[in-house]
Amino acid sequence: MKFTIARRVVQLTILGLFIAGNIYGINILKGNLSSSELFGMIGLSDPYALLQLFLAGFSVGSASVIGALIMVVFYALIAPRAFCSWVCPVNILTDLGAYIRTKLKIGKNIINISSNSRYYLFALSLIFSFIFSIAAFESISYIGAFTRGVVYLSGSAISIAIIIICIEAFLGKRLICGHLCPLGAFWALVSRFSLIRIYHNSKNCTHCNKCKVVCPEMQVLDIVGKQSGNIRSECISCGRCVEACDDDALNFSILKFRREQ
Amino acid sequence: MQRRDAIKTGFSLVGLLAAGSFVYKEYANAKPVLKLRPPAALDEDEFLTRCIRCGLCVEACPFDTLKLAEFKDSGVGIGTPFFTPRDIPCYMCEDIPCVVECPTEALDPKLVTKDGALDINMARMGVAVVDEKNCVAYFGIQCDACYRACPLIDKALWIDYKRNERTGKHAFLLPIVDSDYCTGCGKCELACITDKAAITVLPRDMVIGKVGDNYVKGWVEGDDAKLKDVDTKMHLDSKKGIKYLNEDEL
Ligand code: SF4
Ligand code: SF4
Ligand code: SF4
Ligand code: SF4
Ligand code: SF4
Repeated sequence: MKFTIARRVVQLTILGLFIAGNIYGINILKGNLSSSELFGMIGLSDPYALLQLFLAGFSVGSASVIGALIMVVFYALIAPRAFCSWVCPVNILTDLGAYIRTKLKIGKNIINISSNSRYYLFALSLIFSFIFSIAAFESISYIGAFTRGVVYLSGSAISIAIIIICIEAFLGKRLICGHLCPLGAFWALVSRFSLIRIYHNSKNCTHCNKCKVVCPEMQVLDIVGKQSGNIRSECISCGRCVEACDDDALNFSILKFRREQ
Repeated sequence: MQRRDAIKTGFSLVGLLAAGSFVYKEYANAKPVLKLRPPAALDEDEFLTRCIRCGLCVEACPFDTLKLAEFKDSGVGIGTPFFTPRDIPCYMCEDIPCVVECPTEALDPKLVTKDGALDINMARMGVAVVDEKNCVAYFGIQCDACYRACPLIDKALWIDYKRNERTGKHAFLLPIVDSDYCTGCGKCELACITDKAAITVLPRDMVIGKVGDNYVKGWVEGDDAKLKDVDTKMHLDSKKGIKYLNEDEL
């Protein structure tokens, strides 16, 4: 449980700091996940949002470019998709949806799509941004809408939360974060070279498959039991598999630069 | 076994119905909102390609003027900032914190900078329009609430004196907006004493007209300069008459 608790603490702290900054003027973190200001000095921006804005208008403020670069480098270097499981507040909702799904033992998906769909949506959002001169995903982003709702304490956050939870619980397993989210796709692409990875040691693996049951991105664990190695960047670094594994076959590790690849 | 499946399907359907009805609630109640953007906002199209929807301008505003649009505010662009003057107008801060904070220059400091210094009077957030039928000053009743509220008093909003023929001995004191100076801050709209304001700030592009080059103010020196490069050749389509005779239903 330790990673899950740590993640929730991080996620909620960030939201809390935004609320404190936006509503009570406590100068640590202001703005929201699209663009924010740390300690009133360091500007941070969502690189994917900025990429869309750039394609839409070919000009973006310099402050936001620097902020976006800081973010890309930070997330590209630490763990894969660390944003998804350690920062993004939608993750709390989709996890809750998945929890309800397991409790109610709903197995059947109403909607079945490939987890690669997110990459198509990602590409499409860039193309649309260019064609229609508007940040295509950003302007309909449920992540943005929910985060804004929460950090400005608006009632709309509740409706959005219920919609997301229902989709995850009833429409399809891990539909949003695992299949559709273009922001997740973006971070998966950026995370190719992240340094902290889940390492699978197949010598310890007893093929119990507990990790695959809890993993929100099952496909990344395809090497489990077969070969040792670091798992792919679609992993959201949530550490659930590490918590689930009783045989010490999975753990976070600093990427050793291996010769192959 | 079958019954359990049915129950599960039922759960799913009820859940989705709940989600659906929330979507419906959010969208169906969407009210069109006038787009009054913060000071120094770029042209609407350009603004939308620049604003990253971060709310730093909202956060910077000491008067809580700005709001980020939600689903229920249709026509604004979800997540982009706007304000409703009758609730809270823009108080035209001299240091314009909202503009200074914007990381993407969607609020462009250049638009409110004169001689290297910020000048909020250059903001063009909208323009005030008086409803002459419901402004009590046009009834002949004395009211100058909007006039007094205007930060650019006697420039953006001035009073026109007109003889009241009905009483013969009073004057109408009529509020007149000069769109050259009006910043669209909306302090007049907030101050208006009628139940629903008789002076309303509207987006400039909805109100301000544009005159073609062919109208020249002969009494204004240099106004004919705009005719300098005008193409003076007549363009008659000689075939038009024939087409008209042959093709149009006569
Ligand atoms: S592989 Fe492990 S850390 Fe990665 S997403 Fe799956 S459960 Fe989480
Ligand atoms: S000028 Fe001042 S009052 Fe007006 S929107 Fe900006 S911060 Fe708010
Ligand atoms: S600060 Fe700029 S980018 Fe952020 S919401 Fe306001 S206008 Fe948009
Ligand atoms: S909006 Fe009203 S108060 Fe503001 S500058 Fe214009 S006329 Fe004056
Ligand atoms: S405050 Fe309203 S009613 Fe009074 S003069 Fe101004 S517009 Fe007319």
